[in-house]
Amino acid sequence: MQKKVFQLLVDNNPGVLSRISGLFSRRGYSIESITAGVTADYKVTRITIVAVGDDVVLEQIEKQLGKLVDVRDIQELKPDESVYRELALIKVKATPEMRQGVISVVDIFRAKVIDVAKDSLIIELTGNQAKIEAFLNLLEGYEILELARTGIAGLCRGSEKVVHIED
Amino acid sequence: MIGADAIIKCLEAEGVEYVFGYPGVAICPFYNSILDSDIKTILIRTEQNAAHAASGMARMTGRPGVCAVTSGPGATNVITGIATAYADSIPMIVITGQVDSALLGSDVFQEADITGAVESFVKYSYLVKNANDIPRIFKEAFYLANTGRKGPVLIDVPIDIQNAPVNKFSYLEEISMRTYKPTLKGNMAQLKKVLRELDKADRPIICVGGGVLLSGAKNELRAFSEKYKVPVVSTMMGIGAMPTKHPMYFGMVGNNGKPYANRAMNESDLLIMVGARVADRAISQPDLITQNKILVHIDVDPVEIGKNACPTIPLVGDAKHIFNDLLTMEMECEHEAWLETLNEYRDTMEKKRNPNPDYVDPAGFITMLSEKMHDRAVYVADVGQNQIWSCGYHIVKDGRFFTSGGMGTMGYSIPAALGAKIADPNRQVVAVCGDGSFQMSMMELATMKQFDVPVKLIVLKNNYLGMVRQYQHFTYKDSYSVVDLSGSPKLENIAAAYDMKYLRLENMEKAEEVIDEFLKNDERVLLECLIDPMDLV
Repeated sequence: MQKKVFQLLVDNNPGVLSRISGLFSRRGYSIESITAGVTADYKVTRITIVAVGDDVVLEQIEKQLGKLVDVRDIQELKPDESVYRELALIKVKATPEMRQGVISVVDIFRAKVIDVAKDSLIIELTGNQAKIEAFLNLLEGYEILELARTGIAGLCRGSEKVVHIED
Repeated sequence: MIGADAIIKCLEAEGVEYVFGYPGVAICPFYNSILDSDIKTILIRTEQNAAHAASGMARMTGRPGVCAVTSGPGATNVITGIATAYADSIPMIVITGQVDSALLGSDVFQEADITGAVESFVKYSYLVKNANDIPRIFKEAFYLANTGRKGPVLIDVPIDIQNAPVNKFSYLEEISMRTYKPTLKGNMAQLKKVLRELDKADRPIICVGGGVLLSGAKNELRAFSEKYKVPVVSTMMGIGAMPTKHPMYFGMVGNNGKPYANRAMNESDLLIMVGARVADRAISQPDLITQNKILVHIDVDPVEIGKNACPTIPLVGDAKHIFNDLLTMEMECEHEAWLETLNEYRDTMEKKRNPNPDYVDPAGFITMLSEKMHDRAVYVADVGQNQIWSCGYHIVKDGRFFTSGGMGTMGYSIPAALGAKIADPNRQVVAVCGDGSFQMSMMELATMKQFDVPVKLIVLKNNYLGMVRQYQHFTYKDSYSVVDLSGSPKLENIAAAYDMKYLRLENMEKAEEVIDEFLKNDERVLLECLIDPMDLV
């Protein structure tokens, strides 16, 4: 089993996300994360999908996604040719005495404290998945009250592989 | 002009002549506007059969069949017909009425999320939210349905959109969609590789699927097979791509196919699959077709290539374009010894049957029937034992063979035959079903009567759901469960109720004269054949 990151450019039609996620559930493909957001062209949405499977399955996933009528382009974002980032929001239980300890970990990771309450903090962290995992490991001594992760968004490096969409 | 008028204008612009359907309030604006058009409407007796009839028409004309039903139960009833068309890549436009768009999502009377429900059975679907989008949506829908890998497209139209004013109607002549560009022409380098392999091969064979018929490449296939002396076998959906008696044709493959066809495919050193999915019924062990042989897989849908078997040479494109390109290249080919071997297999490996003389032998009967049918006749087989006998013993001359191959939907034959006969009234159309599948669609005898559609029906009656009974015979050692059909009506009375001519054949003695009588006139006729309930395919 291996993991692949796919970048899709899709027409912003109603139901496009459900068509994509429906394809995964109905054909039994595994999806690790999916993120979507509109591009500079408001008619086009960029979707980053992390899929898991063997070679045959991953090839089918790429072809089946490419076949969907709304999908304009699909490409694999290879790890060494791309950058991936994920955003995590982490709510940690922290009494006033515990705050400094948390904040020192936050500083090392160049994360940010974006909310402070009487007995908790919310931390914002951006990075690749390994960085987020490492940060969560360091928080083991603390109680994580809530965790929200976005799944990764990605882009290929350089301008050679940029997909230009024409009408 | 209102939305419903615009829909009718779109259908006219696409050359649609018939709409099969069943009205309800939510589709009434459409059925009111159609009164002002030359498009004819056929009131089918249940919505599923509207899709099957549209399928029969599409397979005859090569253009999308059209059906229109109401919201809620009308729309959900049509789903099996849509799934059947999707499985066999039949081009179809399904128009569904929908509740008022302001009420969408509030679970009002006869509301169903039909675009959501059919998602996995359609090539694409639309929910119309603005009446001015109707011309673009219909143009796209017809284009999507009938290009590339063909299939059904559903358009859901809320009743307020059907009644809304359309400011300006213009229908595009041509369309190009930026996200959808099917590849029709084969890659030249790959095409040359195919010919190079063909040149080297001693035992080449072509296996054709329904894609060849959908592409309209019958003649090109024959020309290719004859020019390069390559024998042909077919999947169930590929039956009729070659005349059954063509010297280069060696039958249907698969677990219900001819032993000599399977052997031919297994012993080949070059297998060219065209317009076939390598699905389980045709190829039960995909590994076998890649071992010790070169596999060329040609399909217009790139997803099918490599899905079930990894080909040596993948070739994406439309069968007609590809055969035409291959035919322009010059090469000499002879496979005398191979053809001789295959002929010997064909002469010696036909399955022996021991028909019970007290009943009609379905094999002998179907062979005799098809020999007497018109050369260009259409034979529509249903699903069950009747389908397997039909595939095995029907002789296609210059006609067509339709059946629900992918989905295996019982009850397909009667409405599909109805659609086919309406599409081409000059052709002889025969539907063959079992007593199970007949009762799934016998309400359409009324449609045939009302619209005077002289389809010829044969019911192979054995008082069982024969295919399942056979399965229980082998798998559960004759422990039969829920397969006894003994409550069935007297078919003689059914025929009388619908003013049909009725014939009955009890054994093979009078087969010849009964078949002659059955085929004699262009009229609605029902022939009941009594089959040994214990017969096996």
